[in-house]
Amino acid sequence: MSAQPEPALLYSEEEEALRAAVRDLLTDHCDPADVVTRTESAAPHDVPLWKSLAGSMGLAGLLIPEELGGQGATHREAAVVLEELGRAVAPVPYLTSSVVATEALLACGVEDLLGELAAATTVAVLAVGLHVAPGGAVASVRLDSGLLHGELTGIADASVADVLLVPADDGGLYAVGAADATVTPQVSLDSTRPPARVTLDGVSGRRLGDAEPAVRRALRAGAGLLASEQLGLADWLLTETVRYLKERKQFNRPVGGFQALKHRLARLWLEIAGLRAAARNAADALATGADTDVAVAVAQAYAARVAVHAAEEALQLHGGIGMTWEHPVHLYLKRAKADSIAYGAAGTHRAALAELVDLRAP
Amino acid sequence: MTDAAELRRRTRELLTAHPPATTDRLDFLRARFDAGLAWVHYPEGLGGLGAPRSLQAVVDAELAAEGAPDNDPRRIGIGLGMAAPTILQYGTDEQKRRLLRPLWTGEEVWCQLFSEPGAGSDLAALGTRAVRDDGGDWIVNGQKVWTSSAHLARWAILIARTDPDVPKHRGITYFVCDMTDPGVEVRPLRQITGEAEFNEVFLTDVRIPDSRRLGDVGDGWRVAQTTLNNERVAIGGTPIPREGGMIGKIAATWRERPELRTHDLHQRLLGLWVEAEVARLTGVRLRQQLVAGQPGPEGAGMKLNFARLNQEISGLEVELLGEEGLLYDDWTMRRPELVDFTGRDAGYRYLRSKGNSIEGGTSEVLLNIVAERVLGLPAEPRTDKDVAWKDLAR
Repeated sequence: MSAQPEPALLYSEEEEALRAAVRDLLTDHCDPADVVTRTESAAPHDVPLWKSLAGSMGLAGLLIPEELGGQGATHREAAVVLEELGRAVAPVPYLTSSVVATEALLACGVEDLLGELAAATTVAVLAVGLHVAPGGAVASVRLDSGLLHGELTGIADASVADVLLVPADDGGLYAVGAADATVTPQVSLDSTRPPARVTLDGVSGRRLGDAEPAVRRALRAGAGLLASEQLGLADWLLTETVRYLKERKQFNRPVGGFQALKHRLARLWLEIAGLRAAARNAADALATGADTDVAVAVAQAYAARVAVHAAEEALQLHGGIGMTWEHPVHLYLKRAKADSIAYGAAGTHRAALAELVDLRAP
Repeated sequence: MTDAAELRRRTRELLTAHPPATTDRLDFLRARFDAGLAWVHYPEGLGGLGAPRSLQAVVDAELAAEGAPDNDPRRIGIGLGMAAPTILQYGTDEQKRRLLRPLWTGEEVWCQLFSEPGAGSDLAALGTRAVRDDGGDWIVNGQKVWTSSAHLARWAILIARTDPDVPKHRGITYFVCDMTDPGVEVRPLRQITGEAEFNEVFLTDVRIPDSRRLGDVGDGWRVAQTTLNNERVAIGGTPIPREGGMIGKIAATWRERPELRTHDLHQRLLGLWVEAEVARLTGVRLRQQLVAGQPGPEGAGMKLNFARLNQEISGLEVELLGEEGLLYDDWTMRRPELVDFTGRDAGYRYLRSKGNSIEGGTSEVLLNIVAERVLGLPAEPRTDKDVAWKDLAR
């Protein structure tokens, strides 16, 4: 196979500064105990936190060009934000609005909406089930006499969206005001990124462009950058478990000194080192456009197992406390498990790789 | 500071004075060493110019472009990777002058006399004894094992017990042993592949002058850390292209032999392909960290990845081959000079890769190192730390 251009897999100084700023905000305003409490309320999303991140810090516009009011940054910076949001399992619509919907709008060149997203006055979500992989089958609504009719399910963060980007059966992507749709939250495994059912009952929408290329591009970016969120989840889980096992004593010793546990944590550390490389590679490939399909598929074929493994190990190694509603590890387990389905399960991405790297099925 | 332009100038000077096409290979290598272009980060007079290590690539590229001979680094890996850094750090001026030049040119091959039948992962428990005689020489008796290149070597780096009355880490001394001395007996050690890459080395009343000691008496364990740290870098740190190494072998077979494919094998192949690519990216990232002067702890894990993936991929390849997987190319007892983990047939690769999680530090010990040095988890309680070596259980 031909030599690949070498991706830049480290974090730049600017990226580290961005990380520090996001982490500071989340440390002050996204306490895990509050996230647990919030998931039990009717409004699981943290809107004040979102306003700080998206508005005051300008992070909603990272992928939006400066001339439209955005930051003109790249997927590399957005990936760093997602690492930190994952580390805090923050209930904000960053991935869905500032990455996925933003990419769809960029594909269609919708300048006014992009300006609103960059200014954080509007939250948009792509009305495609969270489980759908790039290139996967997409459900659409019916366009009849200029009005949209139908029901779409599994639409993540729809309950805080102002605008829904809806694929219709004429092949177009339509912007629909959320106020004109019926959005019904679904009881979900992961309450920090809750899906909803969207019902359109003769609603008028604005045609933005062709749905297929826009959705494909949006889901590819979502899948690629999801790996950085999964990295953040896994990194927090390992760090917190190591910290706890140094403190927790049984048999007159710190539990973290038992070799059976040390080896499990060392293996997990090694898996996470791999995930960091794969996630950086995907973010860099999305930014540069080089080898992007392979980089995204590799990251998503690898990331889910690591994040879920980290959560499952964290729970087990915390013992009884890990099984309680009070301890935040379950938030991470639920997010990690939901993420293993989001934007296509690992097997779907492996199947994509089989074509991309010419390792064909029988 | 010697910069890239200066190195290019010196390299061209070397090439002009000793044109590779008309110069004897060994003469060229000696001249390269004397010009300070062997390993540019070494001191002047010892094959280097005190330049940054990263600039070696500049010299290597210029020389390769002119078809200059190299020192066949794979054949003399133990000398280059382990003995040389240790001699550089702990050797006397006389030792450096005598030993480094023929080591680098490959005129003198080196081997490593560390592991023993009773001291594997617990290397510091080693029992080979070195006792000083009245003339100040050391008389060495003991048995070493898993010694590659011992049958080719002129020199060995050797650690031996010089004080059995103190705890094990403190009673070890590091020597350079002349493999041609009387009392050194090298026997091939046949391994599961059928061949004998390694040797057992029996040391019977071998006399080593005190001038061949490296470092202080009793300080051999610390000296050996230099050797072992360099070994792990040597085994796991080389960057490879996508589908480099073991995964490239099975991928090629998969593409060329569609009749062998099953759905089960396909899923497992894709899973391993992804893991191999992620391991490769981890290595790329580690190297970028080194270049940026921020060495990451990932290095400790690279060998764990390498060993496990080699084993799993070669195991899958044997299975993929079906009827052919039942066969083996050749069980003849041979003495290969070079070891290629991805060489020969799938059966050989499967068997040879079993050693990857044992040689150069077992995977179990490496996991302990990651847990303790990277994650900061507590060490197991030790029962051997304050016990004199002679009183240890064995």
